[in-house]
Amino acid sequence: MMRRPGVLVGVAVVVVAAAAVAPWLPSYPLTLLTQAMIVAILAMSLDVLLGFTGLPSLGHAAYFGVAAYAVAILTTERQSGFVLCLIAGVVFAAVAAALFGLIAIRATGTYFLMITLALGMVVWGLAFRWVSLTKGDNGISGVPRPDLGLPWSFWGPLPFFYLSLVCALVALALLALIVASPFGMSLKGIRESESRMRILGYNVWLHKYLAFVIAGTFAGFSGVLWAYYNGFVSPVDVQLVTSVEALLMVALGGQGTLLGPAVGAALIVFLKNFVSVYTKRWLLILGAVYIGVILFAPRGLAGAFHRRSS
Amino acid sequence: MSSEFWIIQTFNGLSYGALLFLLASGLSLIFGVMRVVNLAHGSYFMLGGYVGLSVVWRTGSFAAAVLAGAVAIGLIGIGMERLFLRRLPGQTLGQVLMTIGFALIFQDLALLIWGGDPYSIPVPRFLQGAVKAGALSFPAYRIFIIVVAVVVAALLWLALDQTRAGARIRAAVDDGEMAQGVGINVPVLSQAVFALGACLAAAGGVIGGAFLGVYPGADFEVLPYAFVVVIVGGLGSLPGAMVGSLLVGLLDNFGKALFPELSYFTLFAPMALILALRPTGLFGRA
Repeated sequence: MMRRPGVLVGVAVVVVAAAAVAPWLPSYPLTLLTQAMIVAILAMSLDVLLGFTGLPSLGHAAYFGVAAYAVAILTTERQSGFVLCLIAGVVFAAVAAALFGLIAIRATGTYFLMITLALGMVVWGLAFRWVSLTKGDNGISGVPRPDLGLPWSFWGPLPFFYLSLVCALVALALLALIVASPFGMSLKGIRESESRMRILGYNVWLHKYLAFVIAGTFAGFSGVLWAYYNGFVSPVDVQLVTSVEALLMVALGGQGTLLGPAVGAALIVFLKNFVSVYTKRWLLILGAVYIGVILFAPRGLAGAFHRRSS
Repeated sequence: MSSEFWIIQTFNGLSYGALLFLLASGLSLIFGVMRVVNLAHGSYFMLGGYVGLSVVWRTGSFAAAVLAGAVAIGLIGIGMERLFLRRLPGQTLGQVLMTIGFALIFQDLALLIWGGDPYSIPVPRFLQGAVKAGALSFPAYRIFIIVVAVVVAALLWLALDQTRAGARIRAAVDDGEMAQGVGINVPVLSQAVFALGACLAAAGGVIGGAFLGVYPGADFEVLPYAFVVVIVGGLGSLPGAMVGSLLVGLLDNFGKALFPELSYFTLFAPMALILALRPTGLFGRA
């Protein structure tokens, strides 16, 4: 994808345009854009697993949540700084993915789906019940915005938007490098035919396991930013519906394209926020979106776009 | 810890496991025959409870509530399978997203119709009170749940093991394509199994509504339990669903009583252990 110059130019134009327009935007659309950037990282990380390796995880919010909780606890209990929180959040998410991956990667197909669901529930259960650490259902509030020792404060919506934009670009670049590498090509090979890759001598288990850990690590990166953005972390962030929403973003944007899921994430963020302004029945509409995407755009927006252009 | 504690907690775990069996046996069969991951299965449980609640309010009859809940949700299940899920054979991700879409819609509709307050379905008079055995007393309603689950399990076993339709279902679980090839009408069978699963979950919702309550969010609360039962027991296996339900019921109950802060962990960690040793569950076949 990144090899096509058109796509690269397109991304650059959109990013420069967003960065240029941002100072003139009111704070509400700016916070929505910020949210879209952060959630886009989560969707792209899931795409490594779902789109490139062919592994549909139903528990991806777990790694997002582990990192978010790590930041929330470190900042509110110990007043830790941004760098420590970033490292701790990402490392905790990576360790959780490394542990859960040992169990999950053994399974295939439907079993993989169910095991990742159950593992996600482990994290949810701890968030919900381990009250002395996580404050249970009340969640942890009062997470401050990060202080990077820079001259401007990230409490303002504009600096925090720029921070999220830079983070999303870094994540996109790293993930694009990973999926375009020989390792990423092998992942695609596994997606297309696991048995063929095995016969060719590839260590299929290790490839899938590494993809699982990489996806979890980047989900953790997203979770770190989310905790700072939202200022509040609760079991809602790790629940099943959050994991499924990430799947929807990937499916809506187009699996295996990285940029598609990022666009899908932005669309869902805007849809949720706009619809909930106008009606209380936004769950109904979101549900209809799920069904509509599957019935009418099974390959996502990227798929629809490709069909038209070819 | 006194011996009463262990007896009472075991009894509570068994009765919860019995309720889980009603919920999960259908899910397991649906998995087995159709390989459909139905995230709306918990919604059937919740909607069954709500329909039962309305019927109890109108008629005062508990039996009518169970029947009405089961039939109404069975019809919803048939509609979902026939109009939507059948279009997505073998598309696991599509099934997941579509069924979660339905689950969200059901959740919002239930909120619209029945509001956000929690309710409880009144226990019929002859099941109120408790059975005393020495110093211990066992709520009659929980005994009733265990009896219902045993009867349903026996009927399901008879139907699956002793009848022609049951043999067809087992054939479809083992190899759907082959079953279709030897002249079994798998789509019709799938429809029947899906409806049966929805009926059982809804009946469980009405019966469970009298001791867990009927409230928004019950759908996503019971769903993971049903999944764990199916994972532990193995896809499409009736004995697996039985053993899995009891195991999960007991683990959950003792976990909550002994280690309240880690209670979900004590449920899911043994499951992970079982999977590490047997990836297809206790009774599942690859």
